[in-house]
Amino acid sequence: MTASLSELSTYLGEKLIGRVNDAVIAYGELTVHVEPRDLVEVMTFLRDDARCQFISIIDVCGADYPSRAKRFDVVYHLLSPKQNVRIRVKVQADEETMVPSITGVYPGADWFERETYDLYGVLFSGHPDLRRLLTDYGFEGHPLRKDFPLTGFVEVRYDDEAKRVIYEPVELKQEFRNFDFLSPWEGTDYVLPGDEKAKTN
Amino acid sequence: MGLNDSSGTLVAPKPKGLIDPNTGRPVGSDDPFFLEINNELADKGFLVTSTEALITWARSGSLMFMTFGLACCAVEMIHTSMPRYDSERFGVAPRASPRQSDIMIVAGTLTNKMAPALRKVYDQMPEPRYVISMGSCANGGGYYHYSYSVVRGCDRIVPVDIYVPGCPPSAEALLYGILLLQKKIRRTGTIER
Repeated sequence: MTASLSELSTYLGEKLIGRVNDAVIAYGELTVHVEPRDLVEVMTFLRDDARCQFISIIDVCGADYPSRAKRFDVVYHLLSPKQNVRIRVKVQADEETMVPSITGVYPGADWFERETYDLYGVLFSGHPDLRRLLTDYGFEGHPLRKDFPLTGFVEVRYDDEAKRVIYEPVELKQEFRNFDFLSPWEGTDYVLPGDEKAKTN
Repeated sequence: MGLNDSSGTLVAPKPKGLIDPNTGRPVGSDDPFFLEINNELADKGFLVTSTEALITWARSGSLMFMTFGLACCAVEMIHTSMPRYDSERFGVAPRASPRQSDIMIVAGTLTNKMAPALRKVYDQMPEPRYVISMGSCANGGGYYHYSYSVVRGCDRIVPVDIYVPGCPPSAEALLYGILLLQKKIRRTGTIER
């Protein structure tokens, strides 16, 4: 398996000189790093070349690395049913980078790119309909970014006077508690309501 | 069909029943309530009751529920109306239209995006209407209580009559909740619309 992957990796390196930045084989999977400007060309090659034939798009997703200058990875997973091979293509982006949309190459990437935009805020240029896909109508922020708070910013309730569902800032009765189950004898670090003075004396 | 002797007439066997050792007669035959009703029926041929009791009895015996299946709880809700638990024994049947249903069973996680739709469906139901909140997520957010996209309990959107705990509640638990709701309707039922 790994032999055929390294073969494919060298083949791609020969055919796409200067376009494939880095090709890594880890855990029996081939990952190819590409610059955003070369993405459509590389994807078209992977789909049409006789030795690749990656005709099936499995997934487009994102990943957030806040410490990096270009904080987002956009990850494409492809499958070649003829060759029985899978490949992963990665593109780095930040909030402003326009990643070219691959809906022209794979029409199935349409909603995947919308989802990636929705949850990470990665922008895709040339996408036919780049709207939010999963989150609420009028939602603000991108929930899967690492700096997005878990509980978000708004919550809903039905208002009897307005006769409709209204949005309000989040108000929690009790903060989110993170239990450390690995060291139960050390206990947790939160303070129970009304229990603030318990440990002072 | 071969199992019965087809020559004779089929006659239902006499009920065996448990015999009460004190009286030597079937259990329940000396129940005062039963005897009273039996005497009244034998005497007059009719029963006397209040209209309210009759109406609430009839109503609680023909509850149509609006299926609002949102997540895995929906599967347990389906079990409740399937032959094993058979909620139609109690007159509780699924009904896909809110305009013809009496109860709404909120089965599953209610998200912010779904909340206006849930309220809209609830508003379309005719009075008197009841809501059963089924499962942890509908009761108070449950596992998703701290999520950015989930309503922390469907009682923030609609008034709830019965909370059924569990994740998901078993079909029996939901059936018990339905029976409690019937009890509640019999107790506090109203005929005004």
